[in-house]
Amino acid sequence: MIELIDTRKVFNVGKPNEFTAVHDVSLCIPSSRVTVLKGPSGSGKTTLLSLVGCMARPTSGRIMLSSVRLHSPLWEFSGGEVSSLPERFLTEIRRHTFGFIFQQYHLIRGLSALENVMLPAYPRGEPYGILKRRAMALLDQFGIGGKAASRMEWLSGGEAQRLAIARALINDPQAIIADEPTAHLDSRLSEELMAILLGLRDQGKTVIIASHDPIVCDSQRVDGVVELRDGRVVSTT
Amino acid sequence: MPGFQKQKYLIDFTLSALLRRKGKNTALVLVYALVVFVLASVLFFTQALRREAALVLAGAPEIVVQRLTAGRHDLIPESYADAIRNIRGVSDVSPRLWGYYYDPVFGANFTLLVPQEFPYGRGNIVIGQGVAEVSRSSIDNILPFWTHEGRLTSFKIAEIFSSDSQLISADLILISEPDFRSLFGLAEGVATNLVLTVKNAKERPIVAAKIKKLLPDTRPIIRDEILRTYDSLFNWRSGILLVVLAGAGLAFIIFAWDKATGLSAEERREIGILKAIGWETSDVILMKFWEGGIISLTSFLSGVLLAYVHVFFTSSFLFEPVLKGWAVIYPEFKLVPFVDAFHIATLFFLTVVPYTLATIVPAWRAAIVDPDAVLRT
Repeated sequence: MIELIDTRKVFNVGKPNEFTAVHDVSLCIPSSRVTVLKGPSGSGKTTLLSLVGCMARPTSGRIMLSSVRLHSPLWEFSGGEVSSLPERFLTEIRRHTFGFIFQQYHLIRGLSALENVMLPAYPRGEPYGILKRRAMALLDQFGIGGKAASRMEWLSGGEAQRLAIARALINDPQAIIADEPTAHLDSRLSEELMAILLGLRDQGKTVIIASHDPIVCDSQRVDGVVELRDGRVVSTT
Repeated sequence: MPGFQKQKYLIDFTLSALLRRKGKNTALVLVYALVVFVLASVLFFTQALRREAALVLAGAPEIVVQRLTAGRHDLIPESYADAIRNIRGVSDVSPRLWGYYYDPVFGANFTLLVPQEFPYGRGNIVIGQGVAEVSRSSIDNILPFWTHEGRLTSFKIAEIFSSDSQLISADLILISEPDFRSLFGLAEGVATNLVLTVKNAKERPIVAAKIKKLLPDTRPIIRDEILRTYDSLFNWRSGILLVVLAGAGLAFIIFAWDKATGLSAEERREIGILKAIGWETSDVILMKFWEGGIISLTSFLSGVLLAYVHVFFTSSFLFEPVLKGWAVIYPEFKLVPFVDAFHIATLFFLTVVPYTLATIVPAWRAAIVDPDAVLRT
């Protein structure tokens, strides 16, 4: 479970253009469920996602991750507050716990589909054979195994989207974070994407989606919807 | 070995990143290699020339005494040797005969020298490897010469010698004293100059001063003075070339600094993505370190290698007119390859290290930005 307690995020603190994107949000996101952060543009969805995904630290408040266990030779994490951890540990938690699917996909041009999938695992330094097998299995799972050697820019929109999902899963994270994942997809591909995300939920993964697309927000199969407006939680269902 | 495997992944990613920006990186490597090539060429050339000079002078006498007539070099009477022999500190004095001979057939200038001991007797000569190559002759062949009277005479080649320095073996012919005198028409009792052995290095300037006082029409030349002249001559020549090329070097520094310290929007975006998908700041910096290292090492090695080929295999055809000078080194010869590790190390630390470090700074600045910035692009 991910818990946010009185979380606030202010950008450009102390400057004339100071701006509060998230106002004292307290929220519980349950594990193995699909939670949608819904709201218009500028409502604070993306900022909240980046806070939950350990990409940024809150200006005040706390973020707790329970049921996350990490063991490394120098460090051990067995759940608790993450918002005050140093950058290096935060990166390690992010790498092991979260897989990200970005609105613009953010795949690296010039690299093959296979290399793009393997990229998040490079800092772990695991043997190439094992990593490649896992990446190929993910590409096969999403029906783009035949495109493994193709450069990313040669893929269609739907294939690039599935490639981004495969990349998010390479480190076998407990949670998937998707920012406006259907923004560049037609209805058929959006439905296809939702089916994949719901399938991941069924495999036990926590899925958090920021979106204002009715296909996502109004889906009967999502487990919870958090509505945001002007950086505040308006309703939770 | 996760650490080793991680480095392999980072290098792999770096290489593919370099290939993705082929145009920019190729241009950078070319300009970088060109600058290293120029610097290394000057360095190799002047070093090799200095070494040649040192080799030549290593066998040279400690003091040479010439006679001057009206300020010009003249033949010296052998009787001068007796006067000099009495000076304290002089352990040996001997007259030396040598001169130049221009061979119109081969279009080459040879140096003829009478050694102190010549075992082959009259009618024979010993030639350097270079002379043998130019005249395409071998042992027991006959080499023709025109005497000072315009007669044709010939000598049998008794031996061909090689030397550490091509400067020595390129044009040297050893000949017996009677043959030398008859070839050039030199009377008995005179020599080209006198050579002295003075064991104590500190005594050499004093001995030279005494000779000058005793025999005012002579000019004693100390070996160390010749060495110093060569040194300053080569320093001066390489200095001139470096000044001329300084503009190009400066342009490169500005170009490299701009390329190394500025990241393109594409590179910034990539760093943001890498951070967002779980790369640490240190991973990004390490990747950029490899990138700078690969570019500068490739350029450095190709530049040095090209300079080596340029100097030692093509006789520095690009800089030859400036560095050699038309009257200093004569005739044509090839330099013996010689590389000073200290100079290579200096060049390395002045090019590879600053460039590699310069690439890290902007990468670090881009990598310390919160990865959530990528969500907003």
